[in-house]
Amino acid sequence: MKRLLSLAIALIAICGLLAYSSQSLERSSGSTGSKVLNLYNWGDYIDPSLLTKFQKETGYHVNVETFDSNEAMYTKIQQGGTHYDLAVPSEYMVAKMKRAHLLRPLDKSKLTGWANYDQRFLNQSFDRDNRYSIPYFWGTLGIVYNDKYVKASEVQHWQDLWSPRWKKQIMLIDSARDIMGMALITLGKSMNTTNPQTLLAAQKKLDQLSPNVKAIVADEIKMYMIQDEAPLAVDWSGEAAEMLAGNSHLHYVVPREGSNLWFDNLVIPKTAQHTKAIYAFLNFMSQPDNAAQNATYIGYATPNQRAKERLPQAIRNDRQFYPDEQTLRHLQVYRDLSPTKVELYNDRYLEFKMHH
Amino acid sequence: MIALTKRKTWLYFIPYGLWLALFVIAPVALIIYQSFFDLGHHFTLANYSTYFASATYLKMTVNSVWYALLITLFTGLISYPTAYFLHQLKHRQFWLLLVILPTWINILLKAYAFIGIFSQAGLANQFLTFIGIGPQQILFTNASFIFVATYIQIPFMILPIFNALDDLNPAFINASRDLGASNWQTFRRVIFPLTLPGVKAGVQAVFIPSLSLFMLTRLIGGNKVITLGTAIEEHFLTTMNWGMGSTIGVVLIIAMIIVMTLTGDQKPKGGAPR
Repeated sequence: MKRLLSLAIALIAICGLLAYSSQSLERSSGSTGSKVLNLYNWGDYIDPSLLTKFQKETGYHVNVETFDSNEAMYTKIQQGGTHYDLAVPSEYMVAKMKRAHLLRPLDKSKLTGWANYDQRFLNQSFDRDNRYSIPYFWGTLGIVYNDKYVKASEVQHWQDLWSPRWKKQIMLIDSARDIMGMALITLGKSMNTTNPQTLLAAQKKLDQLSPNVKAIVADEIKMYMIQDEAPLAVDWSGEAAEMLAGNSHLHYVVPREGSNLWFDNLVIPKTAQHTKAIYAFLNFMSQPDNAAQNATYIGYATPNQRAKERLPQAIRNDRQFYPDEQTLRHLQVYRDLSPTKVELYNDRYLEFKMHH
Repeated sequence: MIALTKRKTWLYFIPYGLWLALFVIAPVALIIYQSFFDLGHHFTLANYSTYFASATYLKMTVNSVWYALLITLFTGLISYPTAYFLHQLKHRQFWLLLVILPTWINILLKAYAFIGIFSQAGLANQFLTFIGIGPQQILFTNASFIFVATYIQIPFMILPIFNALDDLNPAFINASRDLGASNWQTFRRVIFPLTLPGVKAGVQAVFIPSLSLFMLTRLIGGNKVITLGTAIEEHFLTTMNWGMGSTIGVVLIIAMIIVMTLTGDQKPKGGAPR
């Protein structure tokens, strides 16, 4: 008993000491003073050397906290008690946060970098006139294939996935909207349809894909593809970029007939406290050199036109991540559907999963 | 004096009462309450009618129960002989500890380890290639899902059976032998009936969690098996249809009550003290 007690006391003392020293370390690095910026971002979604550069230029220290899903981020901001100055939601979540009055409008007069952005990526349906959001990165949904097993010419269109050749060869990302969307595009319909008949047809179409589906998984898809577990996958371009970096046999195709166009965006949550730092950071990140450096580091497509021009030719002309004008015109942004409409998608998708 | 002891007993009840109210009664009440609301926060019975009128949900229920049964069955088939064997050993507490050890590791980490073992270039396939069978698709099959689920549940079955064997008075076994019963007869007529409560406790500890497994169905099963747990996860995280998710939760709670009743102690009438 005595030994147990002294052990417990020792443990508490060690924890207290560690807490104290970490706090004093933070204070000495200036992260709890007023010259800070609290950024709430996806994991590994900004070049760390840019943060150092930003502090050197402006004196603001950036505290980065990370989340792993839009929903988790939404809940944390909604619950309050946090002091995030900037967050990086995807487009449908921007619309949702806007409706829930969780966002603060942008003061355009304080922004210096607007002219750098590509007009095609501004003024989207989820945030008209960009009142609340600045696009951070954009991307698509497409097909990842391994050239050891699949020829490029064999998977240029969504319909190619239905070929009997790919029996149990395809991995799908576990996302109702994206997989239903893929079927809708194949049928020549809109990815935002809310017609129950059309959605039923899409489910029937997916049911026919079942024999070819090896698994419906989430983030693990990256690991599987890199390890040659499957020759084909349907996933987002951002995930694809990481796969391609891990296995040189992998390639990414955005089918010409259409696909999803998604955005991650910088927004100012209601919880923001450091207005000056926020606008300093937004302007810093919209500078072409910085945005280009960030895009090179992350590997996603930048909506910053001036930055894109500064990228190495091999990246700038990479049709995998910067599709040509023709394809780009066929990409569709998800509209924020009402919960009952989303339910329609989910019910059909669940039935497809049961069937498979 | 008596009044004082009584008050003291009440004091001891406070932590348990709080626990019961906060972590058992309140959540169950909330789930039942939520299950009566639709997406627009209107009171409705539609969730239940949807559940019982939809082929998808009924099939999913049948699937879940079937897989939970299989998992429980395999777990039992492995656990009983193991517990019996462990119980005969000299340092049995030590060997038992080794069986329990894996439960200290997070279930997700174990699932990821199995992904490595079962993948195309994994250990299992290397072995199959070595013995001349050649690589097989192991991941994303029903068999691999049941295998991993069984592996994870085994300690929860072994423990109660082991304890039941521990509680078994050796005098009964000796008496059975003295009266001329063979080993098999002793096992069938004495040991097994007396350790049945342990088996029942094990079934309770394995069957219910198996009904609602969801991470394994995706990681190991590749969503080939859709259980009620998968549907709940989807309704709470993706669809945000808490009403429907709660309805499935209520169904699971009812399933739990049924299993508890079926495996509960059926004492003979009169409840003679044992």
